[in-house]
Amino acid sequence: MRVELSRTGVVAAFLFVAALCLPFADLTTAGHDPWATLSRMAGGFLSPEFNAIEQIARAVALTVAFAIAGVAIGGLAGLCLAPFYRLRVVRIPAIALRSVHELFWALMLMQVFGIGVWTGLLAIALPYCGIFAKVLSEILDEADRRPADWLGPRVDPLTRFLWARVPLARPQMVSYALYRLECGLRSSAVLGFVGLPTLGFQLDSFFKQGEYGAAGAVMAIYIALIASVRVWMRPRLLPAWLVAAGVMLSQVTAPPMGSGALWRFLSEDIVPAPLRQGNLGELGPWLWDLLQGAILPGLAATLVVAQLALIVAGLVAFVGQALIVPRVTGRIGAAAGHLLLVVLRSFPEYMLAYLFLQVWGPSMLPAILALGLHNGAIIGHLLGRQAEGLTLRPDAPKGLTLWGWEIVPRLFGSFVALCLYRWEIIIRESAIMGILGIATLGFYLDDAIVALRIDRAVVILAATGLITVGIDALSRAIRARLGAGSLRRTEPRPGMTPGRASGC
Amino acid sequence: MLLLHGADLGYGGAPVLRDVRLNVAPGERVALLGRSGSGKSTLLAALHAAAVRDLRVALVPQDAALVPQLSALRNVLMGRLDDHGAWRNLRTLIRPARADRDAALSDLSRVGLAPEADRAVEGLSGGQKQRVALARALHRGGDLILGDEPLSAVDPRQADALAATIRDAFPSAVLALHDVGIARAFATRVVGLRQGALLFDLPVADLDAARLEALYAR
Repeated sequence: MRVELSRTGVVAAFLFVAALCLPFADLTTAGHDPWATLSRMAGGFLSPEFNAIEQIARAVALTVAFAIAGVAIGGLAGLCLAPFYRLRVVRIPAIALRSVHELFWALMLMQVFGIGVWTGLLAIALPYCGIFAKVLSEILDEADRRPADWLGPRVDPLTRFLWARVPLARPQMVSYALYRLECGLRSSAVLGFVGLPTLGFQLDSFFKQGEYGAAGAVMAIYIALIASVRVWMRPRLLPAWLVAAGVMLSQVTAPPMGSGALWRFLSEDIVPAPLRQGNLGELGPWLWDLLQGAILPGLAATLVVAQLALIVAGLVAFVGQALIVPRVTGRIGAAAGHLLLVVLRSFPEYMLAYLFLQVWGPSMLPAILALGLHNGAIIGHLLGRQAEGLTLRPDAPKGLTLWGWEIVPRLFGSFVALCLYRWEIIIRESAIMGILGIATLGFYLDDAIVALRIDRAVVILAATGLITVGIDALSRAIRARLGAGSLRRTEPRPGMTPGRASGC
Repeated sequence: MLLLHGADLGYGGAPVLRDVRLNVAPGERVALLGRSGSGKSTLLAALHAAAVRDLRVALVPQDAALVPQLSALRNVLMGRLDDHGAWRNLRTLIRPARADRDAALSDLSRVGLAPEADRAVEGLSGGQKQRVALARALHRGGDLILGDEPLSAVDPRQADALAATIRDAFPSAVLALHDVGIARAFATRVVGLRQGALLFDLPVADLDAARLEALYAR
């Protein structure tokens, strides 16, 4: 028998868990004067310096090139897998591919390809392939089946697919691919933080040199780039963009890896040390040591960061859902709300956390704030779009009263469902924050890689993937018991194309 | 040729039609009459399922079931996809061979849509879409055409001409029709359905006003 859950009950449970996490959260800002840094940063953003424009332009071009080529490869592979997504042999590898974050893929791929083009391309293409396979299969499933049925049983599957399935799903698929490209631009920029020649790398080096004006210029260009995707990326221009990306990427030179790096990686590096040394008896203690010394503490920190970030995201979204509705905030207020949410959504959480880290120093605070603001802005934006689509009675109230009496109660179901959707993503991203030095799973992973103990890194990675998959399953179970398992089936909602809710 | 005897038809547990007996002989053209919800679509679906086993059937569903993103010409070409292999169909999708294109164009011109051949179906009017679905059935050809209100959205004068086109193109036909005049001109036999039961099954000459009154009365 299935237990039905109440929405407020679920929210209360999450608040309770977060309260339990609070004593374990390291939120110190000791030894840092946030205001001095903040004012210098703000000065930099308000007066961006474009002196280093040549360097920045190259980083922009490479960011775009990695994104376009990576998303194209991942999308094509995902499209080929999508019709077979029901089969377990396809579904499970796809889940595994997308449960590992792009940054982790990059760290691992570097062991094989160095800081080269293929590291960047595959770090985007591999997880995106898994995501595309899932979402495109959902889009295909939802398309009108009647034309395919009309063709009768004698038509071969390829013909049925190309004539009567793909054309019907094409508009949604193109729109989703465009959305994924936006995600790809974020991923590509963030890959710079682990050494690829994209915007993240520029930003990092400007910060390290204290050139806040140049860093401000990078940010301004980055926001303009993301905000204008739909202007410069037209499906018809895709071939031209792909050629340009290929040309750009062919200019990237990387120190060559020794020959046989891939084989060494697969046959030696990732094999657990006790097995490599032929000492099978040591495997148990080796795993225990890894579990106790890295996975469990990393997992605990990841969960603490994630649960608190989820609450922050919820708060931001709860308040922010009305920001873009003119009936609540007025026309000017709605425009300002749009701008705020766009900025918070455009910046990858990793980049936000990096900025906050400069301000408050290393603790869980920057990570929690960054994850909360970014994800909250995404949920708030999606809810705001729904709020704008609500049909209100002609004499409905305005302002705060409308927010409290109409928008909040009517959208509360979507609010809880969207937060649950983002939960899995927040977990994945909390793990990543470790690369910035916060002791989540990524910290231990990065540590193992730096120490060239790739075998340990692989186990930590697998553990991270399993946690993500587990949380995803838990979130789906809760959603199903809330009667919000599928957001899209209840009623058509503006801005609710498949896959968007689960997002980048 | 096509036989249903004593079947209960419907979706799930509740039958829409009870104890249906219907035999369509080669050369017969049957018009199904009845108010909406009387079970015409259910009967057609059952006939379709029974017929495809050993006949070549061209179907015109009520909802047309076209691919809106493809051109009218390609939708018409879909009528013959199961005659060819995957590679041939892929080539046709990318660029139809001259002979295929000409054949599809001639079927489109039979429904008066040749000028719209290369327009995407989503840009056409309801009546034009219905004619594309009809052209697809004409292109397919076969022993039997099954149509669910295939002329409901075209204007009356065109409907007469299209009914004649259907009559000439298929040896046998079963069409659900809402226009009694067209039914009289088109059919050799009329079947009346009321509330899930066969009310009458007669040669078209025997259809009189009293029967029609009984069929459509509230």
